[in-house]
Amino acid sequence: MKTAKRVILVIIVFAIGMYCGKFFFGRSSDIPAPLPSYFTQTQSEGDSTGIAAGTITGKVIEVRKGNSIQEAVGKAIAGDLVRIFPGVYHETVYIDKDNISLQGVIIDGEWPTLDGQKTMNDAILYSGSGVLIENMKITNYKGNGIMGQAGNNYVIRNNWIVDTGVYGIFPQFGKNGLVERNVLSGIEDAAIYIGMCDNVDVRFNEVYGNVAGIEIENSRHALVEYNYAHDNTGGILAFLTPGLPIKTCYDVIIRNNFVYNNNTKNFGAIGSTVSHIPKGTGMLIMAADDVTIENNIIMGNENAGITITDYGYAGIDHANDPESEPNTDRVTLLDNFMSNNGANPIDDIKALMVTKLSKFGPDIIAVGGGVGSCIVNADRYRTFGVDQFASCQVRDTRAITTYMLDRPVTPRETSLMEKGKMTFYGVCSGCHAYNSRLIGPPVNVIQALYKNNPQGIIDYIIKPVYKREDYPEMPPQNYLSDEARKAVAEYMLSLSQ
Amino acid sequence: MIRGILFCFLITLIVAIIIDYKAPAENTITLCNTCPPGFELMENNTCKLRTLYQQYESGNGDEPGVGGLKTALPSVRDGFSPQQIDLGRYLFFDPVLSKDGSVSCATCHQPSKGFSDGLKTSVGIDNARLKRAAPSLWNVAFNKKFFWDARSTSLEAQLTGPLYSPNEMGTTRENLLQKLNGIAAYRDLFQQAFPDKRSDKIELSEIYTAMTAFESSLISLNSRYDHYAHGYTQALNAQEIEGLNIFRSFVARCAECHTPPLFTNQQVAVVGLAEPDGLPLDPGAQKTFQDATLRGAFKVPSLRNADRTAPYSHSGKFATLREMVEFYSKGRGHDVPAGEKLHIHWHIWEPNLTAYEIDRLVDFIKTLTDESFMPTKPAVLPSGSTIVKQNLQESIVSIQ
Repeated sequence: MKTAKRVILVIIVFAIGMYCGKFFFGRSSDIPAPLPSYFTQTQSEGDSTGIAAGTITGKVIEVRKGNSIQEAVGKAIAGDLVRIFPGVYHETVYIDKDNISLQGVIIDGEWPTLDGQKTMNDAILYSGSGVLIENMKITNYKGNGIMGQAGNNYVIRNNWIVDTGVYGIFPQFGKNGLVERNVLSGIEDAAIYIGMCDNVDVRFNEVYGNVAGIEIENSRHALVEYNYAHDNTGGILAFLTPGLPIKTCYDVIIRNNFVYNNNTKNFGAIGSTVSHIPKGTGMLIMAADDVTIENNIIMGNENAGITITDYGYAGIDHANDPESEPNTDRVTLLDNFMSNNGANPIDDIKALMVTKLSKFGPDIIAVGGGVGSCIVNADRYRTFGVDQFASCQVRDTRAITTYMLDRPVTPRETSLMEKGKMTFYGVCSGCHAYNSRLIGPPVNVIQALYKNNPQGIIDYIIKPVYKREDYPEMPPQNYLSDEARKAVAEYMLSLSQ
Repeated sequence: MIRGILFCFLITLIVAIIIDYKAPAENTITLCNTCPPGFELMENNTCKLRTLYQQYESGNGDEPGVGGLKTALPSVRDGFSPQQIDLGRYLFFDPVLSKDGSVSCATCHQPSKGFSDGLKTSVGIDNARLKRAAPSLWNVAFNKKFFWDARSTSLEAQLTGPLYSPNEMGTTRENLLQKLNGIAAYRDLFQQAFPDKRSDKIELSEIYTAMTAFESSLISLNSRYDHYAHGYTQALNAQEIEGLNIFRSFVARCAECHTPPLFTNQQVAVVGLAEPDGLPLDPGAQKTFQDATLRGAFKVPSLRNADRTAPYSHSGKFATLREMVEFYSKGRGHDVPAGEKLHIHWHIWEPNLTAYEIDRLVDFIKTLTDESFMPTKPAVLPSGSTIVKQNLQESIVSIQ
């Protein structure tokens, strides 16, 4: 009897759930996937905060097998969710607008899959801020799986990326991001590559069978934790690469990761930075500053557990950069579990072993210049070159729970007046001066014609009608947004010189 | 026949010049008291750049604006007075600045050719063939390094290069001062542009400031690409968007060095180009930084208005944009001369772009054309020489 009641209760709850699901998510969804509410619910400690991505304020656009994801992105406006159902999609998706979410819906273990068939360049490109990409399987591209350029407040999670060419997940020039719970393999450079970014957390990812697992390059404030990096050529890297427009890499915390058996033969492209990484590299810190390595399990990496080097020693074939400081300064090596590293190191390290009378290569090796580094319990490990390291004063990084910002990066505030000014000088001033004739009539003449009538100017900007025989016809400036047109109309009427 | 016509043409020009020299312009010039397009006149009589890119932010503090569509620009050189900018315009077009009055800045930086000269490498005074191509001047207000080999860090320092190079404009500091101070019209104009000056003598620093002011006013940020970047997606057609996506893809990797919004990251890079015609390798930035790893490194040029600046590369080796783009698909180091070991940039690889993709890249690069803020050539030059004179130089060069 009790059991029967329970069953009925479950059915009722399920039915209500179904109803609510349909009510909220529209009737066309067969299986309502949850809206990504992770970032809008009350935060508990350790949850990511401060990311606006995934806050759905608009409509849900569904993409099903046979349809185009890009078409849906084209229709989407800020705040919309594009929900992609299982099926194979052959396309490059680009998102050049803000606050767009792409959410895969996985049904019965079947993933929506972007497949580039080894003929397409990149799977997903974004330049907008507040972009969320989750639950997508991405495979067989030649360039990148997911690449961002200058998008802030990004969330990339729960994606399954297999052999997408050069990089798997590559946010570049972005501030405030989260890359978590992705699984990546078969990438010929870095599976997760944080390039020239600020304030990013990379966590709970599994990276295996890549040349580099996770690479933090020329980025500031990066937290890399709880990742499983195994069977790559190199597991986790923090680099300052010369010749890039961003000249620093600092405040990197690498903690609580499992870095295991990164002994895969290097299959990086000739000339790439990572092609120089010896197989068997657990972690590699090169020219980056203020890197803390704490509480990782680093095992079975045949060359060395942790390699710390300046740029010169790394043997990388790049041109120098006078503005890029090549030393690794202030590395903090806290307690780490290290075992069975250095079983089969490169010849340079073997030569060092001879001098040390050691049968095994090192858990930790430091070569080249750099100041201010320290280590806790150095005697626990086989170490080469850390004799100069001080004993660390700090014991843990507990005070830092995230490097993401506590609120989203907001776009710069531009008042209507400022926008009008930027539009007038940036666009209109090529033809219109205040009181002299350029190509078009002077602004003071326009002011006389449109006194108290900004709408008249707005209408004219979109669809100019040929008015004056003594002037050439104005081309439509319909590319200006509604806001810019309104702003510039009002600004032009307010000009006095 | 054609020779005859050309001869007559030259004679006419020379006669015109002689007449002009005999009758220098009497009318006094008043410098413009309004800012050039793109600039707002401030209360202290300076011109400040206004552009839609100022809506955006990027990077930390003073870091360069690089990458992505809605990204702030790097810091800009502005704040000159309208009069200084206008005076710079006169100086820019005036061949009186050169040793023998035959070459102006505009000889090698012609407005109609993207402020370049259409030549593989430029031709200076006495028809001296120079070693490198004239770079475009559009958007130099944002540049932090100048010359192909990045050897100058300001426009003022840069412009002394061609002025005093014996093969370019061939003048000297003394000669330049003497000549300009000998022209009453210029003395008057410098008074207008520098009203606080103590003496009535023209100073070198004033010449440099005025020329810098003019060059920094050459702004090109309203191309169809920019319309797209600011949110008007219809600004580019389907093929151009395809080109944009190839441009920023990690197969072609163009956008890694030609980063928007300026389409240069302002770094030097070794791409591995041999010189044309079997000439010895140009060491480029190796010399500037005294660093052998930078052998063959050159500044990444902006691609804005690139459609106007053929031929391409520091040596003008590529006649068309398509040939230039194709170079990057032919394999890492394919052009490096035997015996040279260059530290080629890691983004140069073997992308194996298809002919279709190369065409789309060219389509996209052509969307970066915007000449809406083109300055006008002065009708009359304060020195009394005329732009015709400069055109003569142009015609001599093209006959060669």
